[in-house]
Amino acid sequence: MNLRTLLLGVSSAALLCGFAHAETLTIATVNNGDMVRMQGLTEDFTTKNPDIQLEWVTLEENVLRERVTTDVATKGGQYDIMTIGTYEVPIWAKQGWLVPLDNLGADYDVDDLLPAIRSGLTGEDGKLYAAPFYGESSMVMYRKDLMEKAGLTMPDAPTWEFIADAARKMTDRNAGINGICLRGKAGWGENMAFLTATANAFGARWFDEKWTPQFDQPEWKNTLDFYVKLMNDAGPQGASSNGFNENLALFQQGNCGMWIDATVAASFVSNPKESTVADKVGYALAPDTGLGKRGNWLWAWNLAIPAGSQKTASAEKFIAWATGKDYTKLVAEKEGWANVPPGTRSSLYANEEYQKAAPFAKMTLDSINAADPKNPAVKPVPYVGVQFVAIPEFQGLGTTVGQLFSAALAGQMSVDDALAQAQSVTTREMTRAGYIK
Amino acid sequence: MARAVSTRRTVVFTIAAWIVALIIFFPILYTIITSFKSETEAIKGFNIIPSGTIESYQAVQAQSNYFKFFLNSVVLSLGSTLLALLIAVPAAWSMAFSPTAKTKDILMWMLSTKMMPAVAVLVPIYLIFRDTGLLDSRIGLTVMLTMINLPIVIWMLYTYFREIPGEILEAARMDGASLWGEIVYVLTPMAVPGIASTMLLNIILAWNEAFWTIRLTTTNAAPLTAFIASFSSPQGLFWAKLSAASTLAIAPILIMGWFSQKQLVRGLTFGAVK
Repeated sequence: MNLRTLLLGVSSAALLCGFAHAETLTIATVNNGDMVRMQGLTEDFTTKNPDIQLEWVTLEENVLRERVTTDVATKGGQYDIMTIGTYEVPIWAKQGWLVPLDNLGADYDVDDLLPAIRSGLTGEDGKLYAAPFYGESSMVMYRKDLMEKAGLTMPDAPTWEFIADAARKMTDRNAGINGICLRGKAGWGENMAFLTATANAFGARWFDEKWTPQFDQPEWKNTLDFYVKLMNDAGPQGASSNGFNENLALFQQGNCGMWIDATVAASFVSNPKESTVADKVGYALAPDTGLGKRGNWLWAWNLAIPAGSQKTASAEKFIAWATGKDYTKLVAEKEGWANVPPGTRSSLYANEEYQKAAPFAKMTLDSINAADPKNPAVKPVPYVGVQFVAIPEFQGLGTTVGQLFSAALAGQMSVDDALAQAQSVTTREMTRAGYIK
Repeated sequence: MARAVSTRRTVVFTIAAWIVALIIFFPILYTIITSFKSETEAIKGFNIIPSGTIESYQAVQAQSNYFKFFLNSVVLSLGSTLLALLIAVPAAWSMAFSPTAKTKDILMWMLSTKMMPAVAVLVPIYLIFRDTGLLDSRIGLTVMLTMINLPIVIWMLYTYFREIPGEILEAARMDGASLWGEIVYVLTPMAVPGIASTMLLNIILAWNEAFWTIRLTTTNAAPLTAFIASFSSPQGLFWAKLSAASTLAIAPILIMGWFSQKQLVRGLTFGAVK
């Protein structure tokens, strides 16, 4: 046996041992374009980290939420990395269910994260508990041609009064045009995301400083009255069943004059492969009523490590890769700048190539910066969150109130009845949970 | 004249049967049609003529390893069916041929477990699986699926066994057959159509079970139900891809059902007509 053969043998054995000791990370995620794209690009990560293998579990958002909640609460240890929303991060961090991300590496540049997004992921101890993969706010997407036909010009920062007027003027039901498409499907992440954010602009809030529900206040009545009347006059038929995807389909088919929803939708409606109105879409900030708050929300899908994971070091390596600046460059190189995950880093919005490829970039950044999760409403509130209230009880409460408001939109109950029932249910649950003494 | 009326009745019944069959099958048919559309076509509204693109199938295969999920579905549905039969045949024999005063109550109690919503026991079951290391394991899920379907399997077999005259078993006993020999060599061959249809039905139930198979698995034991679930999207268009994933998931069981429909019908009507 010569030296070369011996070395070859030793190297092969070492390589085999390496594979034998490769650590497998199980990552739970939702099925959306950015996440699927990341799965396709993970070879870059595994090549750089041959000792780490990746397994993906992709689930529908609600099922994923239920599964990861069960797992993290029971310390099941099924996942090493979880995709969770801005709603879960502060609650889970407080419960001690998440590992703080202290070792993302010297190159990670935490200060480059957008302040509004970062603040929602930072615990009371000042540590980062999740890293944002992509972030979004909400904004107005509108048909420039229909706006022109109505004889109006959309301002960059419209008021609700202007939006309502434009929606009514743009509506032509004989031609299948609805002036405005808004969420109506019941759910804390569906109609209540939109209505809670809109209520902020109307001066309403979920709770006062003593956690007393505020649905019996005039601000909520104004919000819900305005919404129901506007949708009756200028919204699509069956709007109480429409969520993000239904409105996306309507807008892409040319059936909506305006649509106020997640900024991430801009890349869908401006994609000529999917949208019939791709070259006619304009963007504006979410509307206000002159009270100092806009109806735009703040959301991010984030990667976090559950406390039950035994592979935190490898998991942090992956999170640093997936949410770092180099990943942005990798996506731009392989799939183009327009497909880069948006809304997380300041450096992306300073990039000229990105601004050129994504005409909605500035509006997205302005919308994200305009959101303030710690002071979401005109009046002071005891909670964090723009379109949600970051307390564990909100999922159930938000969905129940969402069902009442959806019923009001469908005409199954009056606005007054919906608000009265919302007040009663919320007061009962908050008392039971110990918030109201 | 009577013959003409009879022919007309046959034609009417045949047409009615086809209409009912089409209504029942239509959701599956439309899923298959949608799988051959592009995402833009899929959201345009009702349209039964697809463009014939296979881009959704390509996207589905590129995103997930279908065969891994398929293999898990086969192992879980066959494994749980065999295990269920192993327990259910002696149980049904005992209830059919040696009933006690409480047999009916036990049967009703077993059936009542099916009336409880599965989510009510999610956390205890999850904790048991976690503590016994059965999360995301084929063994754990096989046992779970067996337990879920066992009441139905026992009920069906009990009904079939009741149709078999006890005297035949007595004759076998007089000829010196042991208990085991009586069940294996006398009872089982006589109840083959019933056992076959129970088996087929159990395979279908296990194949389609989506609550536990999604919640107790991650990657290793995840079957086709988890494969389908991964194509629903909170933001973006996914109908065509979801339809392609569903078509791929139901195709094997649809083909199996088609070829075994005679046995299935014969078994389900076994004992119904004397």
